[in-house]
Formats: sequence, C-alpha cells, structure tokens
Amino acid sequence: MDAVRQEFDPPRTTHGNAAQGDVSTPMPNLGAPHPGAPDGAGPVDGGTGAVTEAVAGPPAKKKRGFGVTFWLAVTWLVAVLVCAVFANILPVKDPLVPDVLNKLAYPGPEHWLGTDGLGRDTLARLVHGARVSVTISVTAVAIGMVVGGFIGIIAGFFRGKLETVLMTIINIILAFPALVLLLVLLAFVGRSLVVISLIVGFLSIPIYTRVARATTLAVAEREFVRASRTMGAKNSRVLAREILPNVVLPVAAFGLVAMGVVIVLEGTLAFLGLSVQQPAPTWGGMIFDGKRYLNEAPHVVLIPSIAMFLTVLSLNLVGDSLRTRFDVRGSNL
Amino acid sequence: MYVLRRLPSLIATLLAVSILTFLMTSLLPGDPALQILGAENATPEAIAAVRSELQLDDPLPVRYLHWIGDALTGDFGRSYRTNEPVSQAIVERLPVTAEIGLLAIVIALAIAIPVGMLSAYRAGTRTDKVISSTSFGLLAVPNFMVAILLILVFAVWLGVLPATGWVNFTDNPVQNLRSALLPALSLAIAEMAVYTRLLRTDMIATLQQDFVTMARVKGVSNRRILFRHALRPSSFSLLTVAGVQVGAIIGGSVVIETLFAVPGVGRLLLEAVLVRDLLMVQGVALVIAVSYVVVNFTVDILYSYLDPRISHGRSSARV
Repeated sequence: MDAVRQEFDPPRTTHGNAAQGDVSTPMPNLGAPHPGAPDGAGPVDGGTGAVTEAVAGPPAKKKRGFGVTFWLAVTWLVAVLVCAVFANILPVKDPLVPDVLNKLAYPGPEHWLGTDGLGRDTLARLVHGARVSVTISVTAVAIGMVVGGFIGIIAGFFRGKLETVLMTIINIILAFPALVLLLVLLAFVGRSLVVISLIVGFLSIPIYTRVARATTLAVAEREFVRASRTMGAKNSRVLAREILPNVVLPVAAFGLVAMGVVIVLEGTLAFLGLSVQQPAPTWGGMIFDGKRYLNEAPHVVLIPSIAMFLTVLSLNLVGDSLRTRFDVRGSNL
Repeated sequence: MYVLRRLPSLIATLLAVSILTFLMTSLLPGDPALQILGAENATPEAIAAVRSELQLDDPLPVRYLHWIGDALTGDFGRSYRTNEPVSQAIVERLPVTAEIGLLAIVIALAIAIPVGMLSAYRAGTRTDKVISSTSFGLLAVPNFMVAILLILVFAVWLGVLPATGWVNFTDNPVQNLRSALLPALSLAIAEMAVYTRLLRTDMIATLQQDFVTMARVKGVSNRRILFRHALRPSSFSLLTVAGVQVGAIIGGSVVIETLFAVPGVGRLLLEAVLVRDLLMVQGVALVIAVSYVVVNFTVDILYSYLDPRISHGRSSARV
C-alpha cells in the first residue's frame, strides 16, 4: 500500500516546493537533445503516452482517446473478470484433481499451461485463482472507497475541528507500515476469504480518505459550487449534486490502482502462509508452491507470476490513464 | 529551532502509535491465557492464575500504563513460547533488518538518481520513453516475484549467490554482504522505480527554472548544471518519499526475510504472529512503528537543512 500512498501523496505539498511552478510544460530548456519537440508534454501515442503524461503532468490540450495499450489492458482485465465470474462454467479442468502421471508437465496439448508439483492443471488453477484475487480486491476496494470516500468528503467539505480530528486519526493509522497492521489483525481474527477482504478493506480506508479529502478541497473551491450556494442550496444538496459527482471519478481511478496493490497483497499473504486456506487455488499460493520446483520446472512459478504481473500492470495503466484524464492533482493531499 | 518546534508533535504521534499498538493486540478476540496454556491444560484455576500473572483482569488503561512504563525501560516482557525476553530478541534481529533495508535504499538511490536525471534531461526522447515505461512496469512487479527471479538467476542458474541463509557481519564481512545482496536487491527494485519517476518529474520542473537558463547563458557545463545546480532543488520530494517508503521496505522485509530465511525483525514478527505470541507481537509492532515514525521525523528535519526556506519561512512568520 505504501507505494501507492506516495504516488498519490506528493510530499511537496507538506513543505511547499520551489520547483512546483512549471510542471505543465515539461520540456527542459537545457541543451537541445530533442529538436522539434512538440508543444507541451507532447504525449506519445499508446501506453507510454499514458506514462509520460502521468509523470509530466497534463499538457494544455491533449488528444481524446486512450491508445492501443490502454485497450489491451482493459481487455486483459475483462478476461480476468470473466474467468473469475464463470470459473465453474468455463471448459477448464478441475483445479483440485491431480494428474499424477504428468507432474510438473510443460505446456502442451494435454495441459495448455502445464501442471504443478502435484500434477494439477495450471490453467484451471489460474482461472479459479482469479476468483480469489477478484473477490478480495473488489471487496476491499469497495469498502475502502465507500467508507474512506465518505469520511474524506465530510472532512474536506466541512473543514474545521471535525477535519482536524478525522485527519489526525487517519495520520496515526498511516504511521504504521500497512503490512504490519495487516499481519497482526489477520493473526488474531482469522483468514477466510471474507475476513481477509474485510480487513484489507478496513486498512485501506485512511488512504481513500486522503484522496477524497484532497479532491473535495479542490472541488469545493470551484465556481459551480459557489453558484449553487448563492442560489440557496443546502449543504446536503451541494454535497450530493455538486461535490459527490466530481469526487467519485478520481477516487475510482485511484481505486483501480489500489486494486493492483490488493492483488499483490494476497500474493504476499500466500507467501507468509496467511492467505486463504489450501488447497483452494490462489495466484499467490501458486507462486509460493511453485518456488519448491524452481530448479527443475521454473515455468510452474513463472506462469502465475506473469498472470499477476499483467493484471497489476493493466490496473496501473488503466487507473493512471483515467487519473490523468480526470486531472487529479495531488495539490491538497 | 525547527527541531524543537516539531518535537511535541513527534511525542504526540509516538504516544498515539503506542496506544494503537496496545489496543490492537488487546481488544482482539481470543483469551491470551487460553492460548498460552493450550486447550488441554486450560483448567479454570490455571487460566485465572495466568490472567492474574499477566494482569489481564485490570482495566485497559491500567494495563496500558503498566505495559508502556515497562516498555520505556526496555522491558517488553517475555515470549510465551521460548521464554526469551522480547527486547533481547528484537535487539538481536534489528541490525539484520536495518542492514538489508539500508542496502536496499542505497542501491535504489544509486541507480535511480542517475537514471532519473538522464530521463529528465532527455525528456520526450526515446531514452526517456524507455526509462519511463520500464519504471512504470517495475511498479507492477511485487517484491516476492523479484526475489524468486533473482534466486532463479543468481542462485539456481548462475550459482554465484546463496539462495537462503544469513552470515553475521562480525563472523565474515564478505559472506555477510553476499547473503544480504539478493534480499536487498529484491526490496530495491520497486523503490528504484518509485524514486526514478519522482526525480524525473521534479527534475523536469527544475530544469525550466530561470536560474538554470542563467547558468546555461553563463556557459556552465551541462554536467555541472545537472549535478550542482539542479539536483538539490529536485531532490526534496525524493527525500520525503524515501522516508515514507521505509514503510514499504519494513513491510517488504517480512516477506523477503521469510523467503531468504534471514533472521530479521520482519520474520520475528511473522513467527510471533503465527503462534499468537501476544507480548512478542506487541513489542515488535511497537518497535517497528516507532522506528518508522522516527525515520520520517528525521527526514523532515533533514529536509529543513537541505531547503533552508522551510524553517526560515515559518520562523520569520512567527517573529
């Protein structure tokens, strides 16, 4: 979680950075290694475009449309989602039944992605493991987004003592390395799919609070909010009709990136023996089990690793592109 | 002084962190006495005896004061399982985690600073795109995956570094470094990507400042501009984030130490958590959280030295 925390928490805000001025035109005037550079950030097409844009800050005018890499990422995510939802219907083998004669088989016609150390079909386990990843990440992100988003909007909208108290609590929780909190809670509460999802969701509340508050602070300054107030709108109406619609999208974009973090977290828990109980297949568990056969059959580890990597990468890409599109500056985090 | 002015908030945070640690481990379901005794020995009398010995029947605030009072004198109690003093276990394991973590940060910075500067200097070019996409991709690689790939390449295929185990520095400095290298690298990769992206963004902004143009007009060499003029004003965010990222490194060390069988604090916490060794969990969690808070406090202070405007701005406003 910490990696994301910093992504959305540019520290210059706490200290007022001198170098903040010109982020919007990110061409250095030093030397001229790139003659004929385009105006503004000159976003490259495709996926690297999303990357450069996100890093360099949004250019004055950018093209609509997301590029090929973005849609590839979306396609992969949809595929993972379909696997998770229809795991039982899809024509894959049983993920728990071992094919004893074909242990550690390489990918082939019998087992498309090979088998693991017990001879279980890797493809089937990947498809069923997607279910765990999707369940945990969607539940956790939903909880964090709804609760954290609510607290953040309230804090950012009403300001004053309430904000101070809320943000102090949030900052104290953030003073703990996230994994340490998670470990302690998991050990004493249990480790079913539901419990893990709930705890991860609960632990991610503070970070959503910060994102939602920052966005709310920015939105609350805008002219349409003032207009609405001038026309005599009550707080509840301003919140529901003006603030909320403008905060939801940036927070959701953040939620996509956070989903990737949660998927990695499940993998981490599997490595620590704290994820969902065996023999239920999870991606993290598959990587962990495969580690034993690193010598003779590295593909047992590599295939689920690649699946996890592609999923997290896609989530980052999509989340990052959307974030750039919605132009969330970290200015008030 | 800036340090003194920040001190009350540091103390308040530490206090809050200690209360949270205590509550977290005390309010959770399950009777510690039952866990210590095990189900078969748990007669009502035995449970009562253990509860009174651990003062579990006192009200929470009293228990907290007892615990924190002892903790301040370095006494976190003893492990249920091994009867080893918690503080001794922590003191033995802390240097290992600190060494790996520091090594990871040093490696990450040593690569990220030149690469990030190059990327900013050549912003928009092919070099920049390659660097940016690579670091974006690396953000999606979990540390345990890096660890497995490193083991596969350096231990299994090349056989040049040990896959697991730990040698103390005092026993054999060279072997110690060899055993620390792969764990540190596993933690460093993601950090490197984070630092590179950050430095690139800030550097690009700095390179558009007037003083850089001025330096160029005066004919200062590119290298001198980059390293002497632009690096320092571009490194503030990097420093703060490096502090925040210590949290990621501590979290990561739990996994990495387990994977590489390294006897550090992270693994100590995990083992304590797995057997529900309450006092050990409390002690280790407190030490980890306190170190994290103190590191970030120190970074904050360092920051004010690097960028004098911070303390000057505030103090002149107060006078």
